[in-house]
Amino acid sequence: MKMTIVVHSGDLDKVMSALIIGNGALSMGGSVTLYFTFWGLQRLVRGRLSKAPLSRMHFLGLGTFLMKRRMKRNRVASPERLMEDFKALGGKIIACEMTMELMGLSREQMETKWIDEYGAVGLYVRETEKADKTVFI
Amino acid sequence: MVADIIVDVTGETCPVPLVEMRKAVMKADKGKVIVIRGTHGASREEIPMAVDSLGLKLLKTEETDGVWQIFIER
Repeated sequence: MKMTIVVHSGDLDKVMSALIIGNGALSMGGSVTLYFTFWGLQRLVRGRLSKAPLSRMHFLGLGTFLMKRRMKRNRVASPERLMEDFKALGGKIIACEMTMELMGLSREQMETKWIDEYGAVGLYVRETEKADKTVFI
Repeated sequence: MVADIIVDVTGETCPVPLVEMRKAVMKADKGKVIVIRGTHGASREEIPMAVDSLGLKLLKTEETDGVWQIFIER
């Protein structure tokens, strides 16, 4: 089973969903490619994986602070742990080069150890042609 | 039943038990018995699903005082 996930959102909860689904699919023997574009790219900037707002109830940072605390209490894996596991299980990451330019992001700013390839929509379509499922987050 | 590899994920929640099971399977040689020990209810249900998807052998599942153990053969 092959899955591609478009990570369009940079919100903490949505990026975590993408990583959790990705890790689940990898754990069950699938192969997974995450295609980061638009706001999602912010999470690939070095040191910014967790520095993200919630999609709802961010409340100028207070909601996000409380959610992170709750997650820790409930022993929910951190985005860093999820990303580490994603890579350890062979997950692939593509960063959209067109939106990187649009957002003024250079390769030097990115967490390059996570990124397998830089590309544009054609690369995503090629990956998805081979996939059984695609998810847009 | 003697386990070759023990993966202790007690207290951990989804998707950690599933991921740790997969990592152990990747490292284990064929024929080895892996036991996953945990407390998260949903993981107890999903690990056997993953075992099936991965084409491995589910040997048995046991539970005492909220701690479950899933025995699988690589």
